[in-house]
Amino acid sequence: MTVKQISVFLENKPGKLADFTDVLSANGIDMRAMSLAEAADFGIVRIIVDDVYNASTVIKDAGYIFSITKVLAIEMPDEPGALSRIIRLLGDNEINLEYMYAFTAPKKNSAYMILRVPDNEKAIEVLGRKGIRPVCHDDLVEM
Amino acid sequence: MGRYFQPEIETASQEQIREWQSERLVRQIQNVWDNVPIYRKRMEEAGLTPADIQSVDDLKKLPFITKDDLRDEYPFGLLARPLSECVRIQSTSGTTGRRVVAFYTQHDVDLWEECCARAIVAAGGTEEDVCQICYGYGLFTGGPGLNGGSHKVGCLTLPMSSGNTERQIQFMTDLGSTILCCTPSYAAYLAESIHERGVRDQIRLKAGIFGAEAWTEEMRHDIEDKLGIKAYDIYGLTEISGPGVSFECSEQRGMHVNEDHFIAEVINPKTGEVLPDGEKGELVFTSITKEAFPLIRYRTRDICILTHEKCSCGRTHVRMTKPLGRSDDMLIVKGVNVFPSQIETVLINKGYPANYQIIVDRVNNSDTIEVQVEMTPEMFSDSLSAVSAKEKELVDALKAMLGIYAKVKLVNPKAITRSEGKAVRVIDKRNLYQG
Repeated sequence: MTVKQISVFLENKPGKLADFTDVLSANGIDMRAMSLAEAADFGIVRIIVDDVYNASTVIKDAGYIFSITKVLAIEMPDEPGALSRIIRLLGDNEINLEYMYAFTAPKKNSAYMILRVPDNEKAIEVLGRKGIRPVCHDDLVEM
Repeated sequence: MGRYFQPEIETASQEQIREWQSERLVRQIQNVWDNVPIYRKRMEEAGLTPADIQSVDDLKKLPFITKDDLRDEYPFGLLARPLSECVRIQSTSGTTGRRVVAFYTQHDVDLWEECCARAIVAAGGTEEDVCQICYGYGLFTGGPGLNGGSHKVGCLTLPMSSGNTERQIQFMTDLGSTILCCTPSYAAYLAESIHERGVRDQIRLKAGIFGAEAWTEEMRHDIEDKLGIKAYDIYGLTEISGPGVSFECSEQRGMHVNEDHFIAEVINPKTGEVLPDGEKGELVFTSITKEAFPLIRYRTRDICILTHEKCSCGRTHVRMTKPLGRSDDMLIVKGVNVFPSQIETVLINKGYPANYQIIVDRVNNSDTIEVQVEMTPEMFSDSLSAVSAKEKELVDALKAMLGIYAKVKLVNPKAITRSEGKAVRVIDKRNLYQG
């Protein structure tokens, strides 16, 4: 009930992100979601793709440092308070949110949040109690 | 007071100087033979006894001593006098594993201060002057050396130490400082600050004595223009005594070595062969009058050229150029000695690859050092805070090793060019060495 995120180390210099996305496009890799975190001199680009194995092979061959992390992807109803309810639920259960970002699935006409928490199992259990079920990686292909 | 602090010494004939040197060298060699085991051992290994050293011409027979020897003999191995006769220590700017502690008897302190006094008088100093000393005080020799020299000249001495620019400028204007002693980069910074505050017309400086780091002619002209002074260079090293081993006169064409105390030689750093005047090589000093911590043929690693040409200032002592480079890979950053090997040690200890690059620059007249390190899969994570924490850990470890802040820049694997043969570890953008 998790999806695999690829995180890539990039130097914080003009053109470095474009170099990276060029590598993906040259290999026909389509991103479902992407987020960028930056420090003064470096950044971490995080992406969700359908075929993690293929993408990580391409990224590795291009000489990038990367890691694969399991994160939660949760479908959000498009209504006020939807995000708050989920975050509140995690907060009330002492689950810290390290970072999050959003993507949409046009075919399904819905929005998804990617959540990074220290303990996926605990978060899945807490969310499950309220009937919220994170999607798994195979679900992405259907979207 | 005239143009010289000790005219009979500073303008003595070169024959006279050689006579003093020979007599003092013979005495010093007997002294170290009797009192410092490492010298005796090295001389015995070279098949020498004190009887082989009859004059300054025999100096070249003697083995060299290096900074590594000083480190190995730390702290007391090179002492030639009992500690009860020593009154002071000073220490090099101090990088772990390379610290050198030098000992002084009262006689040693006096001769060092005399050398500084000669430099102050050469810069036009008299008992009428107000000498503002903004070198660091403490283990660093800059402050104590010039302070003592200023006392000997009879200047009103302002022992400011370094930093606190606001207070420096206030004392400079309120007390009418006429001579400024500090590092050239701090002089440039002070000059700018004085202009920014619009108090240029309130300062009375006429001369500056700037040393402890490399500086260019452009920098000299810039400081001279901004402050309306004449800027003099001064050279020295803790191992030999401190600032004042050599100093510039009004000709500003090389620094006169205080040859009655220190014999200067220039050698081929590869073969050890002594080079004639005008040839570039490694500077080697022998302290012939020091009591507590005499060094015989100490290799400074500074590259320079000597000349015995007559100087129109009237001083007869040999002149050396500013250091034109180093014969090892030592960098001087913010006055602190930095060896790339120290940085490499930290990286390896922290699990980083030994492929790194050090970039030294000077921004707003202040030295900066950046260490570029290649990212590894082990160091990487999807969490920015985790990577930043690792980066900070490395910054702290470098600070502990070097004593100064070095910026860490994490770069992509293979971002640092692999050169064929010897890797280019250091890029010094300061361009301080000329010639």
